[in-house]
Amino acid sequence: MAKVVARREIAPQTVLLELEAPKIAAKRRPGQFVILKKDEAGERIPLTIAMADHARGTITVIFQMVGAGTRGLGAVPVGGEVMDVVGPLGKPTDIHKVGTVVSVGGGIGTAVAYPIAEAMKAMGNRVIGIIGARNKDLLILEDEFRKVADELLVTTDDGSYVRKGFVTDVLKEVIARGAPIAEVLAIGPVPMMKAVCKVTKEAGIKTVVSLNPIMIDGTGMCGGCRVDIGGQTKFACVDGPEFDGHLVNWDVLGTRLSAYKAHEQEACRLHGAEKR
Amino acid sequence: MTPENANPSPAPAPAGGKKQRPPRQKMPEQPAAERVRNFNEVPYGYSADLAQLEASRCLQCKKPACVDGCPVCVDIPGFIKKVAEGDFLGAARTLKADNSLPAVCGRVCPQEEQCEKLCVLAKKGESVAVGRLERFVADYERERGTGELPPKAPPSGFRVAVVGSGPAGLTCAGELVKKGHRVTVFEALHKAGGVLVYGIPEFRLPKAIVGAEVDYLRRLGVEIEFNAPVGKSETVDELLASGFDAVFIGTGAGLPYFMGIPGENLIGVYSANEYLTRSNLMKAYLFPEYATPIIRGRRVATIGGGNVAMDAARTALRLGAEKSIIVYRRSRQEMPARIEEIHHAEEEGLEFQLLTAPVRVLGDEAGRVKGLECLRMELGEPDASGRRRPVPIKGSEYVLDVDTVVVAIGNGPNPLIPQTTPGLATGKHGNITADEATGQTSKPGVFAGGDIVTGAATVILAMGAGRRAATAIDAYLRAKKPAG
Ligand SMILES: Cc1cc2nc3c(=O)[nH]c(=O)nc-3n(C[C@H](O)[C@H](O)[C@H](O)COP(=O)(O)OP(=O)(O)OC[C@H]3O[C@@H](n4cnc5c(N)ncnc54)[C@H](O)[C@@H]3O)c2cc1C
Ligand SMILES: Cc1cc2nc3c(=O)[nH]c(=O)nc-3n(C[C@H](O)[C@H](O)[C@H](O)COP(=O)(O)OP(=O)(O)OC[C@H]3O[C@@H](n4cnc5c(N)ncnc54)[C@H](O)[C@@H]3O)c2cc1C
Ligand code: FES
Repeated sequence: MAKVVARREIAPQTVLLELEAPKIAAKRRPGQFVILKKDEAGERIPLTIAMADHARGTITVIFQMVGAGTRGLGAVPVGGEVMDVVGPLGKPTDIHKVGTVVSVGGGIGTAVAYPIAEAMKAMGNRVIGIIGARNKDLLILEDEFRKVADELLVTTDDGSYVRKGFVTDVLKEVIARGAPIAEVLAIGPVPMMKAVCKVTKEAGIKTVVSLNPIMIDGTGMCGGCRVDIGGQTKFACVDGPEFDGHLVNWDVLGTRLSAYKAHEQEACRLHGAEKR
Repeated sequence: MTPENANPSPAPAPAGGKKQRPPRQKMPEQPAAERVRNFNEVPYGYSADLAQLEASRCLQCKKPACVDGCPVCVDIPGFIKKVAEGDFLGAARTLKADNSLPAVCGRVCPQEEQCEKLCVLAKKGESVAVGRLERFVADYERERGTGELPPKAPPSGFRVAVVGSGPAGLTCAGELVKKGHRVTVFEALHKAGGVLVYGIPEFRLPKAIVGAEVDYLRRLGVEIEFNAPVGKSETVDELLASGFDAVFIGTGAGLPYFMGIPGENLIGVYSANEYLTRSNLMKAYLFPEYATPIIRGRRVATIGGGNVAMDAARTALRLGAEKSIIVYRRSRQEMPARIEEIHHAEEEGLEFQLLTAPVRVLGDEAGRVKGLECLRMELGEPDASGRRRPVPIKGSEYVLDVDTVVVAIGNGPNPLIPQTTPGLATGKHGNITADEATGQTSKPGVFAGGDIVTGAATVILAMGAGRRAATAIDAYLRAKKPAG
């Protein structure tokens, strides 16, 4: 049982939950995730630990309510409880001093990119942040990201805030400046990560991505989270979730993420919720 | 499920001479046509009458061969004698002295390879139904017993961490707590039981039975911490540094093997672990009341010939498949599944494509499975194991029309602990190396047993390993200076 100590809707359909989990808060490192199961009949939902407060003994997750599972989780009020919280899971990010890193966050991926950018900065790297969203309302963690980045560039698909364009457009401009970039960290929807990797491959810049396949146990038992990395099968929960973006087979990941589209609609109907 | 009214009358002794023995008694069970539509347990179990009749068949051998066949040396004639006398609770005490999970073992042990194989009557064709009697006694005690707890040694002051709550971990924990040690079990999942809860389906091993065994251990004083993936939440070294005097590792099998054939990442290809975990642990068969989904294939192929494959293929039927097909590359004789499971599977209408190897999973534009291309095999020369090796027949490719494929060809060891425990020696496949008699690993104070050491084996072997390790841990602790 983990008590919800804070809950905020930081954007439409986007919830921040702060949970009491002192052991995980003490142990977690950037890049790791937890699995939450709301109640007896709930799904096991993997979510990145966006922030952790060692002193308060809490962890914070930020997620989009995309289906019945995340919607149920998003409905737990302050003072309410989440039945099962497991973690920290996955390998932590390899945080080291390399020089300049560009941290790219797309949509909800910004919540996953943020703790890594924070750690990269603390390690003494120069961090350039690029965050984007479909529109102004959906942009998250701008202030937080600004605090940990030496430079933060913001973009919206529809131009409703700062500028119009995709994160890849901004990334191309940053690369074009010609200053050396040691590493790009890209986290967001599959098409975005795929596009970023195309840009950085052409520019010859090492790129790390964090993958979000469907998971169950998260401990290396079921094989459901398998991804194709350079033609080899890897298990994201124990071998990842971060991988060399230039080796990821994006089509396999994209296809596998659509496995339960039909079920998802059925579940939403049952729970009387309307699909976005 | 009330056994009484579903019971057939006991099979009578054949007419003839006095020495005639009654035949081996069958367990009444759900008819195949009915049970493929539900997840309820297949056999109902013996009634008291049937159990006593079956027990009366035992010869009470002076040197019982059956006991040699039991990995934990249960006093088989001893408990059967009590059943014959109608002292069912006494029988349970005898049974439980050597086997802490008899209701489980009575249901899932491969008795035909163990006790029943060596039974003197087996030579005449019909061994005593030891497994069925074991199951009856355990169920009787659970339902009608007084729930009395065995005596416990006075507190030793030592603390032991048990990692994993499968049969190895649960057995080790139960033995240690009886010896007076304080035991905490760390389990990565949200339920205790290991394969007993996430792998073996409800229709073969009702989860309430596993739950009752776990409750019993908790009443004995075993503490269980759920959602605790050791290696991630805390490492073995951290456990040893934080007040635990010894650690037992029983983390079981891990990452499933795939075949490495094209199309294995298509939607609708599952490892048996994932398929069964969704259905059993997450109760996907009750979707959408339970939130975890599962693809309810119309035509399902399961690749493999062991218990795991049978469980997956029979689960597919219960999830509504019109056709459930076992694809196995050797012949029926080599299938490693329990005979009873194969028999039940056949009754339920499973189709067997033997001497058949899959070569490719075919998909549609949306990336969903639409077929499985297979190759026929024939038996060639014997291989190193003495079994005739299957060799492909050239040009025999054909396509099975299926929309779901379940791969049940085995597992590697669970990686979390080996990855995070320096000084813990592992074998070439990543299994933890441990002494067979004691479970001692290369790391002082750390013991291991069950599938994580042996690779995929059986419930009873895992229990045996847990028990031997408990004895060794007890000796190890008592040789140390008494704690505080
Ligand atoms: C390691 C890891 C870290 C993650 N971190 C975050 C995070 O910090 N914030 C966040 O919002 N999400 C995160 N995700 C994704 C999140 O787990 C899914 O969005 C969630 O499981 C969907 O559950 P649901 O029941 O609401 O939706 P479902 O009913 O399962 O599905 C809703 C829709 O989302 C798709 N979907 C299902 N599972 C996933 C998935 N794993 N990823 C993407 N789409 C999926 C489905 O195909 C469907 O179209 C992470 C995933 C992983 C594996
Ligand atoms: C589908 C299926 C059917 C089977 N049928 C039969 C049968 O009919 N008869 C038979 O005798 N055998 C059968 N077996 C085999 C038998 O179940 C196993 O041999 C036995 O369960 C092994 O026990 P174990 O305690 O070693 O491990 P497991 O039962 O695998 O339990 C290990 C436990 O450890 C937990 N764990 C793993 N890593 C960690 C960690 N880092 N921290 C904390 N916890 C962790 C796991 O979550 C799990 O709960 C079957 C197996 C399967 C998969
Ligand atoms: S989620 Fe089951 S193996 Fe990764």
